[in-house]
Amino acid sequence: MTGTYITDRDGMAVVKLDTGYNIGVSPGAVHLLERPAPQPAATPVVVQNPELPELAIISTGGTIASRVDYRTGAVTSQFSASDILRAIPELGDIARYRSRQLASILSENMRPSIWQELARSIHAEIESGASGVIVTHGTDTMAYSAAAVSFMVKSPVPIVFVGSQRSADRPSSDNAMNALCSAAVATGDLGEVAVVMHDTTSDDRCAVHRATKVRKMHTSRRDAFASIGMPPIGYVDYPSLEVSLSGEAVRRGTHDLELADDLEERCGLLHFVPGMPPEILDTFEGYAGLVLSGTGLGHVRTEWIPRLSELIAGGTTVVMTSQCLHGRVCDRVYDTGRDLLGIGVIEGEDMLPEAALVKLMWVLAREDDPGTVRALMQENLRGEIRRGSR
Amino acid sequence: MEYDYAEIGLKAGIEIHQQLDTAEKLFCRCPTALRDTAEHTDEFSRYLRATESELGEIDRAAQEEMRLVRRFRYYTYDTVCLVEHDEEPPAPLNPEALSVCLTIAKMLAMTPIEQVHTMRKLVIDGSNTSGFQRTALVALNGTLPGDCRVETICLEEEAAQRVEDETFSLDRLGIPLVEITTAPCMHTPGDVQAVARQIGMVLRSTGKVKRGLGTIRQDVNVSIRDGARVEIKGVQELDLIAEVVRREVQRQVGLLGIRDELRARGASVDPAVTDVTDLFAETQSAILKKAKNILAVCLPGFAGLIGREIQPGRRLGSEMADYAKKCGVGGIFHTDELPAYGVTAEEVARLREHLGIGEQDAVVLVAASRQRAGCAAEQVIIRATMALDGVPEETRRMLEGGSTAYMRPLPGAARMYPETDVFPVSIGAGLWESIETPELLTDRAERFHRDLGLDEALARQMAFSERLLLFERAVAEGVRPVLAARTLLGTIRELARDGVGVAAVTDDEVIGLLQAVEAGSAAKEAIPDVLIELARTAGERARQTPEERVAAAIEAVAPAISAADLEAVVRNVVEEREEFVRERGMGALGPLMGVVMKEVRGSVDGKLVAQALKRELERRAS
Repeated sequence: MTGTYITDRDGMAVVKLDTGYNIGVSPGAVHLLERPAPQPAATPVVVQNPELPELAIISTGGTIASRVDYRTGAVTSQFSASDILRAIPELGDIARYRSRQLASILSENMRPSIWQELARSIHAEIESGASGVIVTHGTDTMAYSAAAVSFMVKSPVPIVFVGSQRSADRPSSDNAMNALCSAAVATGDLGEVAVVMHDTTSDDRCAVHRATKVRKMHTSRRDAFASIGMPPIGYVDYPSLEVSLSGEAVRRGTHDLELADDLEERCGLLHFVPGMPPEILDTFEGYAGLVLSGTGLGHVRTEWIPRLSELIAGGTTVVMTSQCLHGRVCDRVYDTGRDLLGIGVIEGEDMLPEAALVKLMWVLAREDDPGTVRALMQENLRGEIRRGSR
Repeated sequence: MEYDYAEIGLKAGIEIHQQLDTAEKLFCRCPTALRDTAEHTDEFSRYLRATESELGEIDRAAQEEMRLVRRFRYYTYDTVCLVEHDEEPPAPLNPEALSVCLTIAKMLAMTPIEQVHTMRKLVIDGSNTSGFQRTALVALNGTLPGDCRVETICLEEEAAQRVEDETFSLDRLGIPLVEITTAPCMHTPGDVQAVARQIGMVLRSTGKVKRGLGTIRQDVNVSIRDGARVEIKGVQELDLIAEVVRREVQRQVGLLGIRDELRARGASVDPAVTDVTDLFAETQSAILKKAKNILAVCLPGFAGLIGREIQPGRRLGSEMADYAKKCGVGGIFHTDELPAYGVTAEEVARLREHLGIGEQDAVVLVAASRQRAGCAAEQVIIRATMALDGVPEETRRMLEGGSTAYMRPLPGAARMYPETDVFPVSIGAGLWESIETPELLTDRAERFHRDLGLDEALARQMAFSERLLLFERAVAEGVRPVLAARTLLGTIRELARDGVGVAAVTDDEVIGLLQAVEAGSAAKEAIPDVLIELARTAGERARQTPEERVAAAIEAVAPAISAADLEAVVRNVVEEREEFVRERGMGALGPLMGVVMKEVRGSVDGKLVAQALKRELERRAS
């Protein structure tokens, strides 16, 4: 039996047989016959249409395109503009592209310093003339990054975050449709930061979500992303790629380009659960800010009040949000809430806990006056707070 | 016509796909139940696109499918989860399915793989929501009677069932399937059928495979010398396999004949496509009249050969039409069959004149929108060019009767990559040794004949029956084998044929009834009536035990009669017919049997009735 030796894993040699099947065999049973020279990958030239607007694609590690080596079974992510265009040729009908690979990390390994680099890259691309920016991102923490960027970069052009829920190597992947929809949005009339992903399980429509109001609400489905507390700010029909924006969507050219990339990283988000001991708050000693994801209207257990009070007295800004996700925090209804307000906890209105966290990082990096911080946290800056709840 | 298969170098192999009867699917915990499509609870739609390979190539079978951008629709059910929707990673490989697969491997004397890796096999015809089929090579190198060999056994997930065109039903997707591939070691159509039958028997011997139409499918690989390897998909009836092979040989021989004649004539394929829409402006042909564009392909030297039959009902023209249909056209016209279909002789003459071609030359017409017609004309050129080379390597599908139609090119080898979401499974010595191989059905039939006294036909029928397990249980619980076999194979089947809902009678009830007969509390003549009663009252007495339900059914159709009662009935019958009895003496026994049996309504065994009658007649005679 002959095949191609792939690797050793868990004490077994993995061999790809000539039929295409992989099998695991004891390493001793494998004999090397020959070591063929690696075949260079064929790379057909991609010609871009100079008549079309230019978009910048910034990749952070989310895979928008990948290539499979059926000889070895290896799947590699593709980041260069021409590689992406080879994988999704229809993108070439929408725009020209230049690409930049900022990072290649799993989205759970994302961190504020990379959000800052991302903001600077986006700013640079727009400054040098991109008519829109597409950021490819792993879906797990995409909403955090998108929200962070929306505070750090004010932009006249669309900044679109996109990813795929089903791996790009599979013929059924949502990558191509999401990418095409995001390119349609990035060349369109939007003027804010958005997440563009499948709206349903079918390949029929993408939703355009406001960066500060979007959340991943399912572990695996294509339509995992949902706008919380508001409808999506637009839709893209597929395959027509017709974009329709709601009246609320900020339009292209509304804002001037502006970069404010400072973040206070000593901020945390704590999900309260029944019985959680107050000592857990010791972890946040010395933090500049703490967002609480409380129960219902915005509560934590009564026993927390003294320790929280000490934290606040020590200079930590504490913002209350709700683990209900939908609806507005109101700490004026029950005693515990009134006690929380009494010690200086800030009601986070209808902000999503994650959006409140990145906003707090951004605000605390710019302001240290508690009154100003409180005012900014309760003021709508990037669509994160709405006048009326739904 | 029968060929000298050794002379033409026939080589054939088969791939058998058999659904397993496991509780759960291969990569999720959904039941392996098939549903009525009318019960679907929702539907969704997807596009599939082939992924680029490292070589910058897309698999050629996949590319063929992509020729037409297609939107697939899927029906979903309350017995289907997100795994079938391709919306959730797969669960670990189903251990029950692996165990059945290993059992089959062991029965075929195969060698298991040390560590089984699940692969993704690219399939973008819509039948898999993911665009690939998960498959794992489990064992190698098995033996078959004769000098044939099993190459591999794979454990795979079943594809979704096509409802129509581009609509698929997700109930079937993910049912475990074994794929058994033989070497190309068969040399006559009869060999192929015999090997398929043998493997089918081994599979059924496990008692863990699904039964019924569509649960087993055979793909046949056929080639002859100078021909090409052709894979014929989805032969469902075992009895047709030999015919399919015969017809494929006929087709390849026919295509080689056409090739030789084309070469002798110096035939060629004109790569230029001519728009002849205007020529048919006034046509009476409904299809041509409707079409936006009519394109012509000239095939110099092809006249008479496009219409030549190469298989019952199939011509070279049918092959070209199959290729053209990939572009979404309904078919083609060719000059070997014209004038016809509303196209007149004058139109054909005008076409030939316009294209400046002679009698030896043929023209193929395609009619559709510009894009589709252009694509179809290109496909006709591709297929016509292949005719100059003989037989193309192809995947074909079976038509009714055993002829075949083109489906897609043979898939290239390079179309598999690892399913990284499923961990490899090691098959240690312990697992392999723990696999018990069941008795082969053929051995079992022999044993039933030898040890249980069933005649050979009944023994075989019983061994291969779906009621085998019930039969074995009945025998183990003291029922005479012949009674059990006759009831299960004869009585129950006849009742079902007559429309009695015997399927509702539980196994426990059937056993209870047979035991009642053996105990003498019911006559075997009463079995059909009791079964009808059990079927009629199925589900009504849910709180009763099977024994109680059987007893109630017996009581309803044939009230228990004691020996004293029987004697009274017999005496009565004999007395009423005193004259007849005097005349016939002991000869009255036969005719009176029926009368008494009717009186006791079958609730007494015929033998007891005969004895009682005999005693009474003897008593009177003495």
